[in-house]
Amino acid sequence: MQAYLARRLLALIPALFFASLIVFVIVRLVPGNIIDMMLAQNDVGADKLSRDQLVGALGLDRPMWQQYFHWIGGILLHGDFGRSLWQNTPVRELLGARLPVTFQLGFMALIVALIIAIPIGIYSAIRQDTAGDYLTRSFSILMLAVPSFWMGTMVMVFPSIWWGWSPQVKFVAFTEDPLQNLKQMILPAVILGTALSAITMRLTRTMMLEVLRQDYIRTAWAKGLSENLVVVRHALRNALIPVVTLIGLQAPILIGGAVIVEQIFVIPGMGLLLLDAISQRDYPIITGVSLVIGFCVMLINLAVDLSYGLLDPKVRYR
Amino acid sequence: MTRPLLEVNNLTTRFRTERGTVAAVDGVSFQVAPGETLAIVGESGSGKSVTALSVLRLIPNPPGRIESGEILFDGVNLVKLDDPGIRAVRGNKIAMIFQEPMSSLNPALTVGLQVAEPINVHRGTPWAKAYEAATELIGRVRIADAASRLNSYPHQYSGGMRQRVMIAMALACAPRLIIADEPTTALDVTVQAQILDLLKEVTRETGSSLILITHDLGVVARYADRVAVMYGGRIVEVAPARDLYARPQHPYTLGLMASVPRLDGGGGRRLMPIEGQPPDLASLPPGCSFGPRCRSIIPQCRTERPELIQVADRHAKACFANV
Repeated sequence: MQAYLARRLLALIPALFFASLIVFVIVRLVPGNIIDMMLAQNDVGADKLSRDQLVGALGLDRPMWQQYFHWIGGILLHGDFGRSLWQNTPVRELLGARLPVTFQLGFMALIVALIIAIPIGIYSAIRQDTAGDYLTRSFSILMLAVPSFWMGTMVMVFPSIWWGWSPQVKFVAFTEDPLQNLKQMILPAVILGTALSAITMRLTRTMMLEVLRQDYIRTAWAKGLSENLVVVRHALRNALIPVVTLIGLQAPILIGGAVIVEQIFVIPGMGLLLLDAISQRDYPIITGVSLVIGFCVMLINLAVDLSYGLLDPKVRYR
Repeated sequence: MTRPLLEVNNLTTRFRTERGTVAAVDGVSFQVAPGETLAIVGESGSGKSVTALSVLRLIPNPPGRIESGEILFDGVNLVKLDDPGIRAVRGNKIAMIFQEPMSSLNPALTVGLQVAEPINVHRGTPWAKAYEAATELIGRVRIADAASRLNSYPHQYSGGMRQRVMIAMALACAPRLIIADEPTTALDVTVQAQILDLLKEVTRETGSSLILITHDLGVVARYADRVAVMYGGRIVEVAPARDLYARPQHPYTLGLMASVPRLDGGGGRRLMPIEGQPPDLASLPPGCSFGPRCRSIIPQCRTERPELIQVADRHAKACFANV
């Protein structure tokens, strides 16, 4: 187990290296030049000289490979992700402020998704082809079809028209006022979570149906167990193995969804930071955020692989 | 005769299929006395497994349904019991052992939990105590080193060992009847006898009855007190095991006997297979369902269905012909 974990962690190193390389190069290939944008904003009659000065000050005059090694070296040696080209704030500080917010949103959305998906998936499987099954399946298709940005917009627009209610714009951190923070986060989490729950619910239903047909479930019935015990103790665990895989695969979708939902609800998470940075071509922020997100996705996948061992006793880590 | 422990009267179980409903079990009646071993013999599709599953109402519904008849266990009609009622019987008073030891144990749960579970569920025994009982049960089915085996998983066991675990599980609540549905079909020949001996031994020790479902006449001769032969969803002959071997009365039983190789006696005797195919339950002939394959067929067989009639002491057959 320890050896397995060590090997998996070591394998993250080359993956992260390639991720950093790709991220670094891609952002610089995006059309649009930060120098033009800066000069345009400051309304400076840009002559050749001041332009060169600016390029030099931002460190963009050096060859790209030098820039890359400077950047990656900073991260590896000092944990320094560079500074924002616009505000000159350290990227690490920005990440530190924004990362927990996005994590909280993602985590809450995941919990919401599981709370919706697992019980309904189970219900739908054990009451196959009843009205309840059809209803929940239709609901899941609906949730699958409705994009979360549309849903988010509707939730913003209609309550404000009908009841004059709108989500709070000023963000309160969890550490400041947990209750207020949760009140603020629950709506975006629900919107993100329901979108995510649709596929999970479908897979839970399919897997439960599959497992409920197995011989060992017949054995469980033959022992005189109640339906609850048969479903929860004997079926659920076997049915959840592929569901956990799916949740792992959905992690990037969750983060991608968070970017959009944060934008709609003005939640100062990584998503908002990333969107602003992209529109301003603030390279260090884009690369920093992307790299951290990539790292998180890799860790989530590792966690998924490890969780198989808890669910399936046949899995041994060597 | 003492009151039978289990009395099945006119049991009919139907399944809905694409080609209409078929009666997998069609008006079957039989009894099992306390402590007796009844073998139910027949080919695949003869309805023997469905009969067994019907007794515990384990027929998947849909597509299957017990349509009529009664199953009296200790005087109580199991067909009429409500859900909690039948649950209190399953695994407690009547336990079942299945054909596939490989897939009949839950791969995600420890063997100990699975053996201890019926004790916990039916008697409300706390888990710690139930585990102690499970250790003893596992020892009783001759699995060495029982205590350390409790925490292992089914995939760490061989087929024969798993069937032993199934037996331990069945014994957990000291049931009065055990139904073993082809318990050895999936096992190696060398292991088969061990498992059957074990079953025989534990039922003798506890005085519980056993319904042994099999397609193997050799097994029947050695382990059963009485035999019911099934064909096309009906019992065609029922007799004490000894009588059935000495004087088989139904052409189908005769056919079965002639198709079993023997090591004793009949030297040089050729094996005689039963011609034709097992009947298609969706389109049974109007008369006797064995008619099309029968060597002793008489005109009456084509139009009328033979009922089970007494031909000797405790010996009945469903056949018009004199064989």
